[in-house]
Amino acid sequence: MSDLRELYQEVILDHHKRPRNFGPLPEANHHAEGHNPLCGDRLAVHLDVEDGVIRGVAFEGAGCAISRASASLMTDAVKGKSVAEAERLFEEFRQMVTSGVDQAVEESLGKLTVFCGVREFPSRVKCASLSWHTLHAALESKDTAVSTE
Amino acid sequence: MSAVEQVSRSVRRAFDVEAVRRDFPILHQQIHGKPLVYLDNAATAQKPRAVIDAISNYYLSDNANIHRGVHSLSERATAAYEGAREAVRRFLNAAESREIVFVRGTTEAVNLVAHSYAQPALKPDDEIVVSVMEHHSNFVPWKMACEATGARLRVVPITDAGELRMDEYERLLGDRTRLVALGHVSNALGTINSAAEIVRLAHARGIPVLLDGAQAVPHMAVDVRALDCDFYAFSGHKLFGPTGIGVLYGKAALMDRMPPWQGGGDMISSVTLEEVRYNTLPAKFEAGTPDIAGAIGLAAAIEYLNGLDRVAAAAHEAALTRYVEERLSGFPDVTLFGRAPAKAGIVSFVMSSAHPHDIGTVLDQEGVAIRTGHHCCQPLMHRLGVPATARASFAFYNTREDVDRFVDALARVREMFG
Repeated sequence: MSDLRELYQEVILDHHKRPRNFGPLPEANHHAEGHNPLCGDRLAVHLDVEDGVIRGVAFEGAGCAISRASASLMTDAVKGKSVAEAERLFEEFRQMVTSGVDQAVEESLGKLTVFCGVREFPSRVKCASLSWHTLHAALESKDTAVSTE
Repeated sequence: MSAVEQVSRSVRRAFDVEAVRRDFPILHQQIHGKPLVYLDNAATAQKPRAVIDAISNYYLSDNANIHRGVHSLSERATAAYEGAREAVRRFLNAAESREIVFVRGTTEAVNLVAHSYAQPALKPDDEIVVSVMEHHSNFVPWKMACEATGARLRVVPITDAGELRMDEYERLLGDRTRLVALGHVSNALGTINSAAEIVRLAHARGIPVLLDGAQAVPHMAVDVRALDCDFYAFSGHKLFGPTGIGVLYGKAALMDRMPPWQGGGDMISSVTLEEVRYNTLPAKFEAGTPDIAGAIGLAAAIEYLNGLDRVAAAAHEAALTRYVEERLSGFPDVTLFGRAPAKAGIVSFVMSSAHPHDIGTVLDQEGVAIRTGHHCCQPLMHRLGVPATARASFAFYNTREDVDRFVDALARVREMFG
């Protein structure tokens, strides 16, 4: 059961039950939809980007605890950040849940390190990264839906 | 006690699940420190030692390419491969062994019929009848054939209990219907469709029927002549045999007239620079070196099943399914899908507190293997109004203790997410 607690840390369960920044964002000027065909999860990320800074961010959709909590924590993490900083976080997050990162990067990821346990569950890596891939697509304002496949 | 009761009692006594479990080496292992409970049988079934040994012995002592070999090994391999075809013929009670075509699996069998039977015959506005509960393998090939020809798919709806709407099915059969393609047993709901009735209604209008038997053959005896279906498809790996081998049964009168599927060795009778003459059944549809070891492994699986009391095995599975449904019905946060009175050992469900994916991960930590997702049935998931379900599927080697472990693990899910 200890492994499971590594995956489903309290912070994750909390964000799953009470997701932050969940819902539409009327002032948004960037959107993207993400889809994980493995589990049928779909989510949408809305961004309000002005002068290269993410002023507002929200997400909608249904998914498992990991994907929902990841989206929720992501919105908290990128709000107020520059586009370049958000892209850097995306890169670091992806590294953390696939190959792992050193301590300096861990510090920069802050709260997002609650997802480091995901690495031990290869089938769930896509759940954790779906929202980030969708954010990336929204920043590039690709109008097409992204998929984890 | 009536004679029927006596028979059913003795049958129930005859099925010794502990003895059967000893035949499946893989079941005896620990996952995350707990004994494995394997409830993903609808995805693929485990293999008895007899199957593993048959494949291993073939490679240890008989391996050679089949047909046209004049040396002893080739003759032995050919005899074993053609013997496997005869074993499948008897298993399905087909009239002739040339009606048995070895393919990679159910998917390839359906694609073969879509390519060589449906596509050449379809004209714009012709129709193929499928249902909303089909596996993608019995849906997408027909969709592709329709797109190539301008024909249309007609889709039989289901009831809320997960049964085919037979009234709608009958209504959809019309002058333009060229083929009916339906699952015998639903992989996501467990529903056992009324195959004989499906065939009877179609044949009354001169329409041929393909049955996708992938989920049926592991649970029940199938007699293609009694069903009178025109095509029947199944996969070896769901029948306790190896992956990579499957079967297409087709009535010789239909398959004789169908053009070949893939070109290559073995499917020809003569080749010159000017002309190719095709071989007869079944070689016409078996281009290239087939999965010889797979066919031999499949025959070993059939032989193993023939050695079991399949009526008793089915009764054991039915009792397990009733037991799991009974235990789950006590959980207010669990919704079961597929409540058809006639169903195989498949239990599909969602929990209000947890996504199927999270259920699957927690159960795995408890040593319990189930499947989560859309089960390659996205149209059905839309119909049920869920993105995914969790599915426990049973085989005759599962026990009541497996059910208890599974239900106890669901309690852990509730503890965590509830």
